[in-house]
Amino acid sequence: MSLDLPLTRNVSRDRAPTGFAAYEANGGYLGLRAAVGKLTPAECLQIIKDSNLRGRGGAGFPTGMKWSFVPMENPGGGHKYLICNADEMEPGTFKDRLLLECDPHQLIEGMICSAYTIQADVAYIFIRAEYHKATKLLQEAIAACYDKGYLGKDILGSGYNLEMQVHSSAGRYICGEETALISSLEGKRANPRAKPPFPQVSGLWGRPTIVNNVETLCNIHHIIERGADWFQALGLTEDAGTKLYGVSGRVKNPGCWELPIGTPIREIIEKHAGGMEDGYQLRGFLPGGGSTDFLTTEHLDLAMDYNTIGKAGSRMGTGTMIILDDKTCPVGFVKNLMEFFARESCGFCTPCRDGLPWSAQVLDDIERGQGRPEDMETLARQVDYIGAIGNTHCALAPGAMEPLQSAMKYFREDFERHISGGACPWCDGGSH
Amino acid sequence: MSDPGAEALIPALSETELAEIDAEIAHVPYRSAVAIDALKIVQAHRGWISDESLRAIARHLNMSPDELDGIATFYNLIYRQPVGDKVILLCNSISCWIKGCDSLQQKISEQLGISLGETTADNRYTLLPVTCLGACDKAPVLMVGDDLHEDVDDEALRHMFDESGGGA
Repeated sequence: MSLDLPLTRNVSRDRAPTGFAAYEANGGYLGLRAAVGKLTPAECLQIIKDSNLRGRGGAGFPTGMKWSFVPMENPGGGHKYLICNADEMEPGTFKDRLLLECDPHQLIEGMICSAYTIQADVAYIFIRAEYHKATKLLQEAIAACYDKGYLGKDILGSGYNLEMQVHSSAGRYICGEETALISSLEGKRANPRAKPPFPQVSGLWGRPTIVNNVETLCNIHHIIERGADWFQALGLTEDAGTKLYGVSGRVKNPGCWELPIGTPIREIIEKHAGGMEDGYQLRGFLPGGGSTDFLTTEHLDLAMDYNTIGKAGSRMGTGTMIILDDKTCPVGFVKNLMEFFARESCGFCTPCRDGLPWSAQVLDDIERGQGRPEDMETLARQVDYIGAIGNTHCALAPGAMEPLQSAMKYFREDFERHISGGACPWCDGGSH
Repeated sequence: MSDPGAEALIPALSETELAEIDAEIAHVPYRSAVAIDALKIVQAHRGWISDESLRAIARHLNMSPDELDGIATFYNLIYRQPVGDKVILLCNSISCWIKGCDSLQQKISEQLGISLGETTADNRYTLLPVTCLGACDKAPVLMVGDDLHEDVDDEALRHMFDESGGGA
């Protein structure tokens, strides 16, 4: 059976970029032609709402609902903005790079249709500085679209105007948080903002703004062209569409694949990633990037979708799994993540700025065999306080607590062995 | 405030730099909104942002130097110290850690005689850690200048910093 995989239909094995001519020859920009000037923005919005598309950046918020908060009345005639979040930096996440490097026109078509739906007149692609190849490809693709009349004034004679440009960032993980991204695009430090007001009402330069992830936006024109029912039917469970799933760590064939949403975890790890490398056993995994809770072997037969993974106590996040094997120390694993989050805190909120380095220090003590029994209680209190939503402006610090709290639940004996033995049991084995 | 565009007031920025910065200003509602772009433009020409460059950019954007420095020092890819001809960005996030980025770092340090944050004596390389580079299926990875190196092993490392220039 050949699967319908819209997002990667132009992705070849050698990952060569798809140019404008090849993109159009394979049905590209038909979604744009179906939407702009043919459907009203309200009709487009209804299709996206009906499709049950959920944001692919990690939070899984329904895209149509997010867009519905953008005011459609615009009496002053000021700008409205669409921003593509191409600031992929979540540890263990490598899916947007594939879409950006292999099929830049797909993102641009999705963005034009999305901007039309919310009637934005300016669109930005906020991309991390290290994605040089993708930045160049996107700039070329945008230029081709201006030449063709797909961007600029009066697109396809519809009277709709849209300007688009690429903004190459200057680093920092926190820029991926949507209000921090907006601060950065305004030329400021990337501090997240308190909500409300939500960006849909007051975002970039105080104007209505939507920020969506690359993969989310790449879906839009496919849905408008082929319909909400088609999109719903792609998923294997109650979630709709396909998803880019990835696996990294000690598996035979690490990689990233587009699969129907709801594909069982075991199938992703064993069939697509080829199972564990010889000599390694699976102990657990983070299902969707560095800020999701561990799941373990008992969860392998779950469907990889938002609700199922949520019910199991974690989050699907970005859908790119990180495997913990039996020769890798779980304390060292969590310590690496905690040091990452401590380094990447923007420093605005105290629990994050001061709490994360403290957690990292405690984990470092334990990993080096200097831990004390009461350290487990300290970590548990940090999880409670730093992990509570509402103690910080954004989700960075609560996200940092997710792998820690679940590691303490599933691998508690390993923490305790470090403390009672006064050494890391894995270091002696020479792995780390 | 009047536009301090007169060349005599801003001796530290070249005409090319000013033209590139002004092109960015044309897209935004107020001058300081291009602070990050301006820092990147000047850094692209000079390799790093000196105090003198910082003051010149700040003046051109109607900002105080301190305000601009608060932005410059926030972003890890804006360099407020001189760096080598090429910056090595070594990913030390989780997937690369599992695949041995710590030992990779140690080998690079031995090979080039520098620790994280340092520049080689011949000024060719600076070694810095970086957030997950989004190539976790090819871990461990690093960048040398603009080039991404995937599945880096001892063999690849041996030739990475040859006299030929560290390219892929």
